[in-house]
This record gives sequence, C-alpha cells and structure tokens, in this order.
Amino acid sequence: MCGICGCGDHGHHHENEHKHHHHDHETGRISVEQDILRQNNLSAERNRGYFEAKNIFCVNLMSSPGSGKTTLLEETIRRLKDKISVYVIEGDQQTSNDADRIKALDVPVFQVNTGTGCHLDASMICHALQHLNPGNNAVLLIENVGNLVCPAMFDLGEACKTVIVSTTEGDDKPLKYPYMFQEADICIINKTDLLPYLRADMNLLRENCLKVNHHLEIFEMSALNDTGVKEWCDRLMNAVGTPI
Amino acid sequence: MHELSIALSIIELAEGQAYDHGASEIEEVELEIGSLAGVELQALEFALASSVKNTMLEHARMVRRDISGEGRCCDCGGVFPAEALLMSCPVCGSYAVKIIKGKELRIKSIVIK
Repeated sequence: MCGICGCGDHGHHHENEHKHHHHDHETGRISVEQDILRQNNLSAERNRGYFEAKNIFCVNLMSSPGSGKTTLLEETIRRLKDKISVYVIEGDQQTSNDADRIKALDVPVFQVNTGTGCHLDASMICHALQHLNPGNNAVLLIENVGNLVCPAMFDLGEACKTVIVSTTEGDDKPLKYPYMFQEADICIINKTDLLPYLRADMNLLRENCLKVNHHLEIFEMSALNDTGVKEWCDRLMNAVGTPI
Repeated sequence: MHELSIALSIIELAEGQAYDHGASEIEEVELEIGSLAGVELQALEFALASSVKNTMLEHARMVRRDISGEGRCCDCGGVFPAEALLMSCPVCGSYAVKIIKGKELRIKSIVIK
C-alpha cells in the first residue's frame, strides 16, 4: 500500500507540496524539507496532466547508446502511424541524425540537443511540446539520451518508462545498472536475432531483469527483423484510452 | 554527471527559499541524501563547489545527513537494512524487495543571514 495516500496503486507520484516556512529568528534557520528535484518533478506532473487531458500515452525510451532505440522507433512508427497519431521527441547531445530518420517516416518530431547534458528533463519536454503541439488520442515516444544511468532519475511526466537492453550488452546488464531497471515499467530485450552468435543467456537476462524489478514487463524483440514488434505495438495501442 | 543537475537544483531551491525570506546570503544548507538515491557524493561535492560561485550559497556550509537504506520483503514482510538496490531478503531469500528508505534527496533546512 502507498504510505502517502494509502491507496493500493504504486503507479503514481507524490509531490511534497506543503510549503513549510518555519523560520527560527534566533538562528536564521528555515525548515525547507523539499525534494531537491522538486522543480523537475513539478514540471513532470504538469506534463503528465497535459498528457492525461489530451489522452496521449507517453513513453520514455531509455538505454545505453547503440541498443537500437531509433530502429525500434522506426519499426514502431511504421506499424502504428496508420492506426493512431504518433509524435516523437528525440534527445541527443548533438546532431539531428535521429530526428532526420524519424522525419523520413512522415511523423512529427522535435529534436532536443542537450549539448553536454546527459539526460532529458521535464522542462525540456515541456518546451518540445510547445513546438510539437500534439493532437489528442496519440502516442508520444520520447527517445532519451543514450545513457543507462542519469535518465533514470528524471521524471519527464511519461506514463511508462521503457528500458531497452540489447543481447550484445550481456546478460548481467540489469545487475550492473540497477537504478535504470528498477525505475522502468517495461523492458525490451532487443537484437534477439544475434543470440546464436553470443554467449549471453536469454533466460539469465530475463531472470536478472526480474531480480532487480519484479514488476518489470518484458518484451523480446528484434526490431531489425520485425520480430516481437507487433506485441509491443499492441501494448501501446491498448494503453491509449478511449478516444476523447 | 547528473550530479551537476542536482547541484543546480539545490542552488535554485535554496536561493528561492532565502529570497522568500528577504535574505541575501545563505550560511548553511542541510541536505538529506539516502545511500540508494543514485548520487555519487564526491561528484556532487565537486559539482556544488564549482556551481555555487556568484550565488547566495557561495560561502555556505554544506551539511549532509546520510540516510541508510532499508528494504521490505514483498513476500514475507521482513524489514531489513538495504546496502544496495539489488538484494535478496535475508529472511526468505526473495528478490521481491521494496526499498522503503534510502532514496531521499532533500534539502532539510537552510540558515540565512
């Protein structure tokens, strides 16, 4: 049970909204008692409200560089774009290469370049949304900066955090980067077509994922060969509620 | 290096509070950081030292209260110290462990001048 509001659902976030301005005049000490990432969390909740009001299912895709996020996006868009509106926010330190790949599929995309930044934050998403101006009843896919560490800490307002791990990264990846796997709702195990050439053990990889996060929903996939992409796309379609 | 973002958030939050109280300088910032919060403390100290320049926190003492991790087993209900995010329940061996303490990342108080 949630210790803050007492409900049985852990899929939500709480903000410490109480403003305690206790001020001890003797010492000048002010009681603050606020989350350091409060500003980000508030922006994220604002985004979340925007998505809920517009019936947009927002997915935050996170992984190490080179695990196949952009290929997965391309295949997802190919399957979904005739059935539902799809929007994409691309996060990279530099270049618009990924956004160009998405643009080629005729889907609205906004590229965020973080410069030296190692993750997207909620205010960047808010800014991107003003440019993208997505319609109602849609899927919004956010491709985070390729990094298996920092993006785990920053709520963007998404409904679903998805971590992608490719078989070439080894079956112990979840154990090495537990923060990311613990924060995620869905794990996509990509590049399964390469398994015959690798030492990585799929069962062990799945087991390690669940060791870190027993709630994790796992999809096995080879985005390049279009294996397992349908199940993932069905999952996205089902997550978008009844059209408003 | 998300510690730099965290350092900048600390500055923003502390300055906002000090500003609300009409202060122009902060003497102390009291932080609460859980051992499982995903923050590299040395990196945070370094990021803070570099980013407080020309802010109200430039001369502030950083007092850190470390909070140790605690987990609760979802299977047997046992509560135990958690030194890592990934751990099995020391009572029943289950990996279905929920972290109930140690992810804190808070400013507890500040002292203004």
